[in-house]
Amino acid sequence: MKHRKPTLDRREVVAGILKQRGDALVVAGLGAPCWDTTAAGDHPLNFPTWGGMGGAAMIGLGLALAQPKRRVLVITGDGELLMGLGSLATIAVQQPRNLAVIVLDNEHYGETGMQQTHTRFGVDLGAIAKASGFRAAGTVYTGTQLAAWLPKLHRQPGPAFAAVKVTTETAPIILPPRDGAHLKNRFRETLLGAKAFE
Amino acid sequence: MRTARRKSETGSRGTAHEAPAAPSWPEQIHEVLQESGVRQVAYVPDSGHARLIELIRADRHMRAIPLTTEEEGVALAVGAWLGGERSVLLMQSSGAGNCINMLGMIQECRVPLLTLITMRGQWGEFNPWQVPMAQATVPALTASGVIVQTSDDAGDVAATVAAAARLAFSTGRAVAVLIGQRVVGAKEFRK
Repeated sequence: MKHRKPTLDRREVVAGILKQRGDALVVAGLGAPCWDTTAAGDHPLNFPTWGGMGGAAMIGLGLALAQPKRRVLVITGDGELLMGLGSLATIAVQQPRNLAVIVLDNEHYGETGMQQTHTRFGVDLGAIAKASGFRAAGTVYTGTQLAAWLPKLHRQPGPAFAAVKVTTETAPIILPPRDGAHLKNRFRETLLGAKAFE
Repeated sequence: MRTARRKSETGSRGTAHEAPAAPSWPEQIHEVLQESGVRQVAYVPDSGHARLIELIRADRHMRAIPLTTEEEGVALAVGAWLGGERSVLLMQSSGAGNCINMLGMIQECRVPLLTLITMRGQWGEFNPWQVPMAQATVPALTASGVIVQTSDDAGDVAATVAAAARLAFSTGRAVAVLIGQRVVGAKEFRK
């Protein structure tokens, strides 16, 4: 299979998606997706993960089931998702209409020395999501395709899955808060109010 | 008189039970989970959990969430709690090993985790491959910050689960209830 070189800029992709977030709840997978999400503006309804590799999509599922009226966006990387590939099957069984999983697929492990991931060798995450039973699933290579995907990510019934092919170009690291209990508490307090601490 | 009526209701079998059968321990756990307000029930099946899973799948106030591997349920518990719902994770002891790294997130974020673990590789086990993880279950969970409580008596399982649920959800801790193979019954393969 001929390799198609990714051309999209990860920061621009994430900024473009989050510009339309509305009241969405956002989970970010560890590493660069956390920096990208934070670069678009730190937000109490962001839950950036600093560990638990492979768990981002499942955090998104638990959140989407608990908050069926809110849109939940999971923004993660190809390496992170590959570690929890079975979660695509688990999510598809539940069919959460309000969940979108967005993979910033640069085909490399960016935090550990830019080793190639399985997607560089042709593993097609969008096809796996589609075959698992996601309502909308595919791969995004261009800005025009991304624009067409935005309604599917933000509004149309999910579960939706987009593998967005981005370059390995790194951007300045913008760190979210690190303390896990703080990230959880500010998220819950913003979402649930005083009930968060009952 | 009452005894006589009961006997007649049970027909010709003669020795009828004097009182209705007490709920089984899985039925009691289901009640405890209802009372604890658990909404999301994640599981990797185990024969020891088969009855409880049936009850949960029939309960329209609970969402049954089959997993492909147990650590998915740990991450799910974080998401559920962020969204204001309580969850429980059902597994067999061999699944505890699959959860280790993800349990770090539970500890770091102080998210409550209630997990009910039926034991294999323990009381009367015949499969040698089950033994190593059974031996590692308590030390591995303890090393990962999980409070471990065990029950080896069917009559005491529900009370242990109720106490564990209170501990987990009221103090924001990970609590595992290990249900002994003595309660579950040693697995046998019949020809």
